[in-house]
Parts: sequence; C-alpha cells; structure tokens
Amino acid sequence: MTTALAPPPPAPPAVPVATGLGRPASSRVAETGVWIGIGAISMTFAALTSALVVRASDAPDWHHLHLPALLYINTLVLLGSSLTLETGRRHPGRAPLALSLTTILGGLFVMGQVIAWRQLMTQEIGGPSSAFFYVLTALHAAHVLGGMSGLVYVRHRMRAGVVSFVPYNAASLYWHFMAVLWLYLLTLLTLRG
Amino acid sequence: MGRLFAVVVTAIALVSVTLFALHTWWLPPDISTHGGRIDSQLNETMIVAGILFVAAQLALGVFVWRFGERGGTRATWPVRIFPGGATPMVVIATVLVGIEILVLTLVGSKVWASVYQSPPPPGALQIDVLAEQFAFYFRYAGADGKFGVIHPEKMSDADQNFFGLDPATDTTARDDIVVATLVVPANQPVALRLHAKDVNHSFYVREARIQQDFVPGMVIPLHFTATTPGRYELVCTQLCGLGHYNMRAYVEVKSPAEFGQWLKAQQPAF
Amino acid sequence: MFSVDHKVIGRQYLDLALVAVFTGMVLSWLMRFHLGWPDTPIPGLGKIAPGGAAGGVMTPEYYLALMTMHGTIMVFFVLTTAPFAGFGNFLLPIQVGAEDMAFPRINMMSFWVTLVAFLVLVAAFFVGDQPPLSGWTAYAPLSAVGKDAGPGQGWGQTLWAISIGIFCIAQLLGSLNFIATTLDLRTRGMSLARMPMATWAWFITAVIALVAFAVLMPACILLILDRVAGTSFFIPGGLVISDQLQPHTGGSPLLWQHLFWFFGHPEVYVAILPGFGIVSQILPVFARKPLLGPKVFIACLAAIAFLSYTVWGHHMFLSGMNPFSATLFSVPTLVITIPAAIVTLLWIGTIYGARLRFTSASLFALGFVSVFVSGGISGFFLAQPSTDIYLHGTYFVVAHFHFVMGVAAMFGIFAGTYFWFPKMFGRMMSETLGKWHFWLTFIGVYCIFMPMHYLGLAGNVRRYSAFTDDYLQPLIPLHRFITIAALVTGAAQLIFLYNLIRSRLRGPQAPDNPWEATTLEWSTSSPPPHDNFGGRRPVVTQGPNEYAVAGPGGRDYIMQAESR
Ligand code: HEM
Ligand SMILES: [Cu+2]
Ligand SMILES: [Cu+2]
Repeated sequence: MTTALAPPPPAPPAVPVATGLGRPASSRVAETGVWIGIGAISMTFAALTSALVVRASDAPDWHHLHLPALLYINTLVLLGSSLTLETGRRHPGRAPLALSLTTILGGLFVMGQVIAWRQLMTQEIGGPSSAFFYVLTALHAAHVLGGMSGLVYVRHRMRAGVVSFVPYNAASLYWHFMAVLWLYLLTLLTLRG
Repeated sequence: MGRLFAVVVTAIALVSVTLFALHTWWLPPDISTHGGRIDSQLNETMIVAGILFVAAQLALGVFVWRFGERGGTRATWPVRIFPGGATPMVVIATVLVGIEILVLTLVGSKVWASVYQSPPPPGALQIDVLAEQFAFYFRYAGADGKFGVIHPEKMSDADQNFFGLDPATDTTARDDIVVATLVVPANQPVALRLHAKDVNHSFYVREARIQQDFVPGMVIPLHFTATTPGRYELVCTQLCGLGHYNMRAYVEVKSPAEFGQWLKAQQPAF
Repeated sequence: MFSVDHKVIGRQYLDLALVAVFTGMVLSWLMRFHLGWPDTPIPGLGKIAPGGAAGGVMTPEYYLALMTMHGTIMVFFVLTTAPFAGFGNFLLPIQVGAEDMAFPRINMMSFWVTLVAFLVLVAAFFVGDQPPLSGWTAYAPLSAVGKDAGPGQGWGQTLWAISIGIFCIAQLLGSLNFIATTLDLRTRGMSLARMPMATWAWFITAVIALVAFAVLMPACILLILDRVAGTSFFIPGGLVISDQLQPHTGGSPLLWQHLFWFFGHPEVYVAILPGFGIVSQILPVFARKPLLGPKVFIACLAAIAFLSYTVWGHHMFLSGMNPFSATLFSVPTLVITIPAAIVTLLWIGTIYGARLRFTSASLFALGFVSVFVSGGISGFFLAQPSTDIYLHGTYFVVAHFHFVMGVAAMFGIFAGTYFWFPKMFGRMMSETLGKWHFWLTFIGVYCIFMPMHYLGLAGNVRRYSAFTDDYLQPLIPLHRFITIAALVTGAAQLIFLYNLIRSRLRGPQAPDNPWEATTLEWSTSSPPPHDNFGGRRPVVTQGPNEYAVAGPGGRDYIMQAESR
C-alpha cells in the first residue's frame, strides 16, 4: 500500500557528452535516418505498385499509356544531377559548386515533369493508367523537392564553414535513391502503365 | 489488496463462463445442412477457449493472492524464480496452442471449404440477389429457366426495375420473377449470385449460419441448403449508409410442394 | 510551445491524447445511451447538433457519425498517440541515455502535424453537410463516391481522408526518430541486450508503424482522388446510387480493403505492443524480481511484428476475396497467438514467487494481463473462417477488439501514467484516488464488454443505430445494462482526470526514484533537466532486470548506471 521511498540514489557515474559513443553521435545518425526514410518511401511505392497491378488486372478500361518522350530527357537530367553530386563528393573543393548544380538540375527535372504532365493532359482523357501516372510521378517529384531542400541546407551549412561531409553523404544517399526510384517508376510505367 | 484482486478476477472469470455455459444468450437453432458443423466447431472452440480463459485468470488470481504483500508491511519472504524459468512457458504455450491450432484448422477448414470453396450441388435452384441502399431484391429465372441480362443504366427504383432488365429487347428477361422476400424450398440446395447496386452490403441469415458480403463490381456466388420451414430474418451486416440498421428482408423456407405453388403464383416482373 | 525537447513533445502528445480520449468517451456515451433508450432525448444534444439530433434524439446517420468519429479518434489519436508517441517520446531517449531524439526538429514537426490532423478531423464535425459515417475503416465505394451516397459523404468524408493522410505523415516522422535514436544514440554500455523492455517495445512498434503508415498514406491519397478528382481507383463501373448511374469504371473496392487492412492489422499492434513493454517494465519493479525470460519476450515481440504483416486477410474472410486465401490467412492468424500466449505466461510466471507491491501502476499492469487474456481468447473464434461466418459483423467482434486493443491498451496507458507521472511532473499522484479508479474501471470494463460477446453469439449485428427488428428486441435489456455500466465506468474516469490535474498542481514532491526501479530515467532528477542528465551521460553497466539482488546500500536492486 504505502510505498517506501528509496534513499536518493547516488549520482550516477557519468562521462562527458562527446565521448558518449565511440564516435560523435551525429556522424552516423543522419545516414541512418536516410536509410530508414528510404525504407518507408520504398514501402509507399510498393503499395502503389501493388495497387497498380491489382487495378490493371482484367480491368476493361485499362489503356496502355504512351509516355511523353520528354520523360527520357528528364531521366537524363536526373541521372546527370546524381553525377554532379558524386563529383563533389570525390573532389571536396568542388562540393559547394556540385551542390548548387545538383539543386538546379533537380529543379529542371521537376519542371520537366510538370511539362510532361501538361502534355499528357492534352492527349489523354484521364483513364486509370494516367491516374496512376500522375500519382506516382507527383509523389516522386514531391520527394525530389524534399531532397532539394536538403541540398540547400547542406550548402548553407558549408557556407557557414562547417567542414563535415556527414550531411553531404547523407544527402547524396537520398538523392541517388531518388534516381533509382525514378528508374524503377519509369520501367513500371513503361511495362505496366 | 492482492486478495481482493484474486477474488475479483476469479468472480469475473466464473460469472463470465457460467453465462456462456448456460447458453443464456446463444445462437438461434440452426436450419441449414452445413450449420451443424459450424456449431460444433464453435462449441469445441468454446470449450478449449473457456478452459484457457479460466486457467489463465485463475493462475493470475492465485499468484497475486499468494505472492502479494499484505496490509502495508513489506514482504520479507525469499523471492523465487518460476521453476525451470521461461522454458516451460514457451513449451506450454507452443504445444497447447499449437495443437489447438492444428486441430481447429484441419477440422474448421473443411466446413469452410464445403460452403465457400466448392461449387453448388448440381440441380441447385438459381436465385439472383440484388442489394441496394437499403433493401434486398430476389430474382427467379421464370418459366424459360434463363435470367435476363442486367443493365445498370436501366436500374431504377422509381420504375421498380431493380435489376435493370430490358424486357423490350431481351426476351429472357420478360418472365423473370422479382420479389422482396427470399422464398426457398426446404432440403433443396439454392445457389445465389450476389449483386451490389451501389455500395458494399452483406447477406446474413443467423439461422442458416451464412454470411457473405456484396461487393459492387463483383458477382459473388453463395450456396446453402435450408432444412426447416419457417420465416427467418436476412439482415445487412456491412455498413452501407444511414439506413443500414433497417436494411432487412425475410427468408421463407417452404416445403417443396408449397414452394412450387408459390412460384407458380408469382407474376413475371413485366 | 514549439519546443524541440522530446520531453515536452511527449507531454504534448499525452495532453492531446487526453483531450482525444475524453472526446471519444463522450461520443461513446451518446451512442450507448441511444442504443439503450433510442427515443429518449438527450438533454442539450439538440442544441449542439441541431441537424443530427433535433430535440435531442439522434438520427441514424448521426449515430453512425458519432461511431465513426469515436473509432477514428480512439484508434488514431488515443491508442497511437499516447502509448507510442507520448510515452515513447518522453522516455525512449532517457532510457537509452540520450540527450534527445536523433532529429529533434523532425520530432517537433511530428507532433504539430498530428495536431493538424486532429483539428482537420474535428472540423469534419462542423462542415456544412454531415460528419463522415463510413466507420473507421472507411470502406469504398461508400467512402469514395461522394454526395450521392447519402449524408456524411460530402466534405465530412473528404476531411476524414485528409486527416488520416496527414496523420500518417506525422507518425512516419515520429517512427523514423524512434528507430534512429534507438540504433544510434544509445549511451556507452547500453547494448541492445541491456535495453529496457519498454524501449524494445517502442523500437519494434516504430518499425511496424513505419511500414504500416507508409502504406495507408498512399491509400488515403487514392481515396481523396476518387472523391475529388473523378478517378476510379476504388469505384467500379455500373454503380447506381440514388437512381444515378455513377461516372466511374473499373475500380476495385477490395483494393481499398487490402490496403487498409495491410495497415490496419499492424496498427492494432502499434496500439498494444507499447502496452506489452510498459507492463513488462512495471511488473518486475513491483514484483521485486526480474522479468521471466526477457530474451524470450523480445523474440516474441519480433515474431509478432513479423507475423502482423501476414494476417490482414482475416478481416476479409467474407469480403468476396478468393475463399482459398481465407484458409491461408487463417493459419498465421492462429500462429500469432503463440507468441502472445508465451508473453502472457511470462507475465504470470513473473508474479510467481514475487514480493508483489500494490500501487495504482501495478494494479493496472495486472489488470492489463487479465483483459489482454480476455480479448485474446475471443480471437480464436474470429481467426477461423468457419466460425467467423457466424460471428463476423456482430458485437462479438466489438467485444473482441475493445478488450484486446481498446481496454488493454488503455490499461497500459493508465499503468504508464501512474508509474511515470512523478518523473514527468516531479509530483506524486494520489494513490487512494488511483486505486478507486482502478477498481471501478476494472470491474466496469468487464460489465461493458463481456456481455457484448453474448450479444454477438445471439446474432446482434454491429454498426446499427437502433434495433428495430423483432429478432433483436429481446436483447434490449442487455443493451441497457451495458449502457449503465458504460456511464458509470465513464464517470470513474473523472476521478482519473481530477487526480491528474490536482497532482500536477499540488501533488507531493516526487523523489528521483519513488518506485525503486533500475532504468536510466530513475537515475536523473524528477523531472529531468533539459538535456536529461545534466551535461553528462550515464554509463550503463548492467541490464534493466537487476531485482532481487544484493545492491549497494542494502537495496534489493541495482540501477543500470550503477556499478556493482
Ligand atoms: C468508454 C468505453 C467505450 C465504450 C462504451 C465504447 C463503445 C463503443 C460502441 C457502442 C461502438 C459502436 C459499435 C457498433 O455500433 O458497431 C464502438 C465502436 C468502436 N470503438 Fe469503442 N467504446 C469505448 C472505448 C473504446 C476504446 C478505448 C477504443 C480504442 C480502441 C475504441 C475503439 C472503437 C472502434 C475502433 C470502434 C469501431 C468504430 C467503427 O465501427 O467504425 N472504443 N465503441
Ligand atoms: Cu447495410
Ligand atoms: Cu487483424
């Protein structure tokens, strides 16, 4: 019933923060976070893929989509942006420039996607395959935009004089994943869309 | 406090199972050929589950009684670990529950398969069922033994064309019989095809131990055989909108002779 | 307000859950009252909802709206926010010896986004037409076709879908933090094997939530598009609603059910696994002995997490999906009862040979074991396709899920509150009031939910706003009994509320370690300083289970950050 209160425990033996882990916490955690994010994003697109497959199976109203040729140019732009980012990683001196270039290329990619949507809208009368096209590409573009803000943040940190490649590496991991994800979506839309 | 807990848990367990065991509230009698097996499956599960339930609650109560501190003084008896540690727990749970699963699955899946995984017996009476917000309609093929084709664009409550038939061009539709009560002959299998006109609904006849959703865009087969003449409720069990609570029809099971008379007396829909 | 401190965020989550749970409970009172006395006006209700309950007697659609809001609020904004996001946020970083979550700013966003989701849902109550009424499962096409399908299918339902979509994003951000923090921010000596049981549970819950919400989020997007953009993901062709042929083709209603339950079943584990962890951490403290088989416990959690993704079809036995797959889904569903049974036996075995102390926290932990058993057992009936034929769609299901995830998870929340309140606010709660709260609630929930099994066996269908047919009339007295029990039990929750508020303001000062527990949160002050350990980080020298040992100063326990 009554709770006997323990004597206050002796102060726990403690060590300074910086040595809490083998290496400073932040060195690993950004990358871990990106990996977890990649897991969640993959799951989201996996769900949409299975939705597409279910929806397309013996649906009388499913028409194969003729993808706008612009998409292939956009693909090249996105792959190019991955390259620029990677160059910055190999040559630290060019890192800030690489970040800016990549961000611009990312912006070009998203703009290209928007133009491709417009083209599709004038051609297509909105069947289910184009609905999936819009959902998949829009969701991907939103994630690319998120990645771009990450790049801007890393660039900002560099300007502030922080000479750590930890956030740079985490950001490039995410950015390369965006390219891989896009290649996957393009294949999916070409084969099943 | 420990004793109180033990007494309360025990009382709860005993009162609960007693009300189960006495069948104070229970399933209505079964009137189908397959329902007996569902009921015995349910009874078997009830017995095993009841034993596990009482055993677990009593063990909890007994241990709390036995090992609880009394009246505000700190306990001083030696602390003991459960004999054998966690291993017996793993073994007991795995073996007991494992066997139970095996038995239930082997036996239970047969009943399930006999209703849901097998085609209706040959010679079953074909009936179409249409569910809409918030009513059921039933269609018999009429003299020609053929059902008219369903045209959703022709469905209309205002014109009482519930199934969307087109008697003008479709000769098979002209003698179709459409009614609001499901009349079936006793001891003769009936094969239903479930159509949903608008949203999900469900087909539930307690006494016939049968339940199946209607899904728009799908035609779902369902078959059963009623044995006992009488009038039973058919209710909707899938949320379908504001009138869901009131969406119901009746199933009338008639002797084959009476059924024949009834069918003859029906007017075709058109 | 806009704090990035995980402790503040955890308390904000708990405050939100408190508001939500009382809202949800009041809704359930209204529902229950209506079920017992359908024609008796509820005083004041006519003023609050002139459209839905003119003169205080609610319309069928208003009943369904209350039910939908009740279920949605309870599952998402109580059972996900309190045991997982709330307690997890406050405690997980401290228990692993970190200063904060891995990404404090993302963590803060997670809470505020959750709050936005809640406000959007509440807004659905007040939009022009009716609040949504498709249930917390929002089955398509009812939830997808829009206004033609009747009241509640306009803006209300759209807001519902938007709210849940936003909520998914919030929980994804939160789960990401939980996982990264557990993996990377553990203090020196805090190996995985030394993590407290609650931390393990929050970690595994976060993994489940990450995958589950990542699936529900796109499903909500598709639902919203069907509603506002004229797509046909879930709406098939040839639908005629209110004599209008709908302009849709080819969609699949079952697709929504598959996506929803792929999320939905793991979600019930998101609700209950933190309770597992909380109980497994609290029982040893008050039993004064180690948890039986901590490694087995963790293995069971992992097994449950894995299996939870393989069982969603047990909600769809009668949905029109391929009947062969029903048998396939039934097997993992029954198998998942094995780890659940093992965990239960571990708790009961932990009490064996104990020196069990009775506090509000330990009573609720013991009560958790009892109600979890009660809810788990009825799962046997629903997991078998053959018996589910009769029980699906009846109050048996309502009884089952209320015990196993509703009441059990609530007991976990109560146990956690009584246990950690001193740490969170630096003040003790009243034990006397806490015990009253326990006894009334424990007996009360059995009076409410046990009879629902009987209703289900008698064939009483759920989601009915009134029982108008001849068959159900004889069951009305049982419904009235349940209603009275619900009102009394609900009133008992006011004791809890009073205790919370009074103790927060005037409770006696809490010592650092009032319960003589071992985990790290008890070796810092109550409440902990901003960086949790006052500029230092603890070094962990042992596991969380060191009870019934010869500790320093004649104590019977050794704290995790103490040397022997
Ligand atoms: C205060 C105690 C509670 C009472 C009296 C209560 C009562 C009810 C009632 C009467 C229904 C409607 C049943 C129907 O018509 O089918 C319901 C549904 C529901 N409740 Fe509760 N409830 C309580 C607590 C909870 C809690 C703690 C949870 C958390 C899981 C919860 C989750 C749900 C859900 C998910 C539904 C289903 C809503 C739907 O069908 O869409 N309830 N409850
Ligand atoms: Cu209905
Ligand atoms: Cu489930």
